[in-house]
Amino acid sequence: MSHTYIDHAATTVIRPCAQEAMERAYADSNANASGLHRPARDAKNALEQAREEAAEMLGASRPLDVVFTSGGTEADNLAVSGVAFPSHRRTVVVSAVEHEAVLHTATSLARFGYTTKTVAVDRSCLVAPERVGALVDTDTALVSVMAANNEIGTIQPVAAIAAAVRAVDPTVPVHTDAVQAFVSEPITVESTGADLISLAAHKFGGPKGVGLLVVNPEVRIDPIIHGGGQEAGRRSGTYNVAGIVGMVAAMREVIETRDRFRSEVGAERDLFEATLVAGHPEAVINGADAPRLVQHSHIHFAGVLAETLLIRLDQAGIAAAAGSACQSGAVEPSHVLKAMGFSDTAAGECVRFTFGWTTEPGEGSDAANRVLAVLGELR
Amino acid sequence: MKALVAMSGGVDSSVAAALMLDQGYDVIGVTLKQWEGPDGSMPVAGCCTLSDAEDARRVAAQLDVPYYVLDYVEEFTAAVVEPFAQGYLDGLTPNPCIECNRNVRFDALLDRTTELGCDVLVTGHHARIAEDGGVFRLQRAVDGTKDQSYVLHMLDQQALSKVKLPIGEMTKSQVREYASDMGLRTAAKPDSQDICFVTSGDYRDFLRNTHPEVAAPGHVLSTEGDVVGTHPGTAGFTIGQRKGLGVAVGEPRYVTDINPRERTITIGTYEDLLVRECHVVDMRFVHMPPSVGGEVSVKVRYRSEPVDATIEEAGDQWRFVFKVPQARPAPGQTLVMYDGEFVLGGGTIVDGRRHLGNG
Repeated sequence: MSHTYIDHAATTVIRPCAQEAMERAYADSNANASGLHRPARDAKNALEQAREEAAEMLGASRPLDVVFTSGGTEADNLAVSGVAFPSHRRTVVVSAVEHEAVLHTATSLARFGYTTKTVAVDRSCLVAPERVGALVDTDTALVSVMAANNEIGTIQPVAAIAAAVRAVDPTVPVHTDAVQAFVSEPITVESTGADLISLAAHKFGGPKGVGLLVVNPEVRIDPIIHGGGQEAGRRSGTYNVAGIVGMVAAMREVIETRDRFRSEVGAERDLFEATLVAGHPEAVINGADAPRLVQHSHIHFAGVLAETLLIRLDQAGIAAAAGSACQSGAVEPSHVLKAMGFSDTAAGECVRFTFGWTTEPGEGSDAANRVLAVLGELR
Repeated sequence: MKALVAMSGGVDSSVAAALMLDQGYDVIGVTLKQWEGPDGSMPVAGCCTLSDAEDARRVAAQLDVPYYVLDYVEEFTAAVVEPFAQGYLDGLTPNPCIECNRNVRFDALLDRTTELGCDVLVTGHHARIAEDGGVFRLQRAVDGTKDQSYVLHMLDQQALSKVKLPIGEMTKSQVREYASDMGLRTAAKPDSQDICFVTSGDYRDFLRNTHPEVAAPGHVLSTEGDVVGTHPGTAGFTIGQRKGLGVAVGEPRYVTDINPRERTITIGTYEDLLVRECHVVDMRFVHMPPSVGGEVSVKVRYRSEPVDATIEEAGDQWRFVFKVPQARPAPGQTLVMYDGEFVLGGGTIVDGRRHLGNG
């Protein structure tokens, strides 16, 4: 029996266009793009073509604003540490519900004398722009607020947040982690108002191990990975040309099909939630009062341990997730739910279902009925 | 029928999972995450580490059974780690593995077995469960040198009806041979001996790190009450301890008493250590309590031969009178009663002569 996959936020299915682009890239030239010979030039050409396309799709001012990385986590690390290090200022402002890649990078700077200020969220996981602005002062090196929360799906008002920051101090760089949002939200430099934007290819149908950071050329950024000086000295390491080409192919398809994704996947998600709540009225949809990613459904099943439910769902052939998993795979208490005001008990009763580009018509209600069947067994 | 197999990443539980498959069960493998570092990671040294969980995961994959890591950090910390540290501070010698079996493994996990839709809970312990006319009996393992029935004494009828211990019928070498024949990666893995959360191997290091107040130096007394030396803190000592007393006298000396309130330990000769009886609380019985005044054989330490004693009621405690005087059992340790091969029950040893802080 194949699994019903409702965990697309963890990672989604690779798009054939990305896979084909990668195979082509490997076949055309697998040379080191930094060399001087013909095969190297071919690889470099494919790389720079991809960079130009990515910059154009994201509305960056020039191709070199795009720094390719090994993924979203590295992009976040580069954004936070890379901007903080050359700054004379010593405070980083982040929301309480950032991904660990931002949160832990920010707090790791403490050993170099930096302070992290954390913006609280409301019960829907929403960050209020004025609260961010209130924490900005003459010591703020960077503000980082995600475009959408990876657990709940809450879409943050990043453009309003960036404006609130600049109203206090126009020189403060604003970063947004758009790793979870890009697949369904129109993420560009203009739409977010951000100076730095992180993306991860595998979240939208590209390969794993590739991501990018858009950097406003007016923002000074130091490398965090040192070596041969690739990416204009901002990120060393031999270019992963095939991965980058695959990511950009997936980006193009995302943008071309995003409207359809929003309506069709969104309809399945809505049907999933309506069916689930009709059959299990105790189920509460988290973050429903705020703007949400169309593919996300984060549900509190009071009295049902998420760990138990996830195992029973897996046994029944349904792949879902709780907020985050530790290295061993154990379900960990979510810092996002705690920040939203959930008790430890309630936080341990929440499960995340996330749909994706391979979700088919009827899958939403079908999945809901299968979840209801498992909930019935648990009673 | 579906079996939930608690897999530690060792050879015994690996084979237990394989044996349940042989018996026609559907198997779900689980590892309990009981302890973590400050950053939430599993420990990398000692028992119950990340690499042990990876071994369990790989064995489960080889057996083609689902495998999960269950988060029991909160329960384990509250029920095992905290009482362990507090016990030493109170002058006791706690047995964390028994507390874990009592409060986590066979309590929380039995509930989990039902919740996860499983019929039986399986572990890799060396002991046997026999059913006799509707009554379940807990029996020593076939391999006497590996017998773990002592640490399972708290299993009552309801628990025993849901637990299976397939390894108890095999010798350790048979277990390893079976694992080797199956090509299981854990076939030659050494047995773990340590307390899982004491990664350095010395519980004193653990106590010093987590409870700095254990560094409370005091006097070493003779049985006559003379001060014969000093010690760095009573929590580092166990009744019956002979080494590391820091006192040089002619014949061997043993810790005969620990008084955390006065910060003293008392040392004496082996004869000073002998007692006729000990008292036990929190008694659990496998089935029926033995008749008062009756004879049972008891183990007062995990690795010691059973000795004969009579069982008597003493208020809310139970008193065991040894046929032959015994070296004083350490309060906090566990007394387990046997009738030959079979476990009758057991409980926690308290001081029989006077009450300690939490006695």
